[in-house]
Amino acid sequence: MPNPHTEHFPGPFHDPPLVANLDAIQPHEHVALPHHPRLQHHFDDMAQQIEASTLGMWVFLVTEIMFFGGLFAAYLVYRHANPEGFAEASHHLNVTWGTVNTIVLIVSSLTMALAVRSAQISAPAKTQVAWIGATMLLGTTFLGVKAIEYTDKFTHHLVPGPNFRWEGKHPAPAEIFYSLYFCMTGLHAIHMIIGLGIMSVIGVMAWRRQFDEDYYTPVEIAGLYWHFVDIVWIFLFPLLYLIGGHFRE
Amino acid sequence: MYLKVFGALIIGTILTVVAAKVDMGPLNNVVMLIIACTKASLVILFFMHVRWGTRLTWVVSAAGFFWLLLLFSVIGDYISRGWVPGTLR
Repeated sequence: MPNPHTEHFPGPFHDPPLVANLDAIQPHEHVALPHHPRLQHHFDDMAQQIEASTLGMWVFLVTEIMFFGGLFAAYLVYRHANPEGFAEASHHLNVTWGTVNTIVLIVSSLTMALAVRSAQISAPAKTQVAWIGATMLLGTTFLGVKAIEYTDKFTHHLVPGPNFRWEGKHPAPAEIFYSLYFCMTGLHAIHMIIGLGIMSVIGVMAWRRQFDEDYYTPVEIAGLYWHFVDIVWIFLFPLLYLIGGHFRE
Repeated sequence: MYLKVFGALIIGTILTVVAAKVDMGPLNNVVMLIIACTKASLVILFFMHVRWGTRLTWVVSAAGFFWLLLLFSVIGDYISRGWVPGTLR
């Protein structure tokens, strides 16, 4: 759009002073173009809106990476100090339950991705809610298995504290291992519970037909969170359950 | 496409459980972490749509993992003290 003021001041040596330019600034005209009811007025368009939301969620996830990263660092330091003790302690975890839970979480990531997709292609509310419900069901299954495992640890005196009992060769490192086990899987389980809360809100929104191909930001963002929690487990599973495979009593 | 990624993730899980049963000494850790990183990358790129994301999303997500790299480099320094004769313990 040509600026009428520049015509009077041609060339770089005759730039108008800033004050003169004030006249060129038009008051913001409200363009009454029809726009999506979900577009908040500080965004130019829907694409910019979802980009901003995605970016914001990623910034949050980066802080989560740092959060869990600290625990993984603690694990590395203590495991390096007691490799034998950690292998012995890990040997007592139930690999079958761990594998089942890993697969349950991966399937839940698939259903989550499909929930986002069903919103993106404006699938009927029923379909969207079904995928969200499937994801929640799998998340609950994961927590159920985790509860069985925790109960097992409590009955076998494997919870760090005054009642911790260890028959093996390395009682002290084993207690450190189980401290880390409960911290890391516990923090992960808290994230799962929060995830289930988020998903129930998203489920209600989907039921009310709030998501379609033009607006699916909340499902997408909830999906980012859900997949992140899955990624944490992808690392927790081998590092906690699978390092005792060759431990000899 | 999602189903292919899902298949790869399940295969990775089975592989990591099987590999843990084979005694490879310290290599066991390397193998399990390579599989875990591959699975994590698949989830990030496809399920989390970073593959189709803007460059800004790429930079921000990469920055998070770059920070992890720095953290583990520092711990690697701590762990490797004394490996070379004459270094401080």
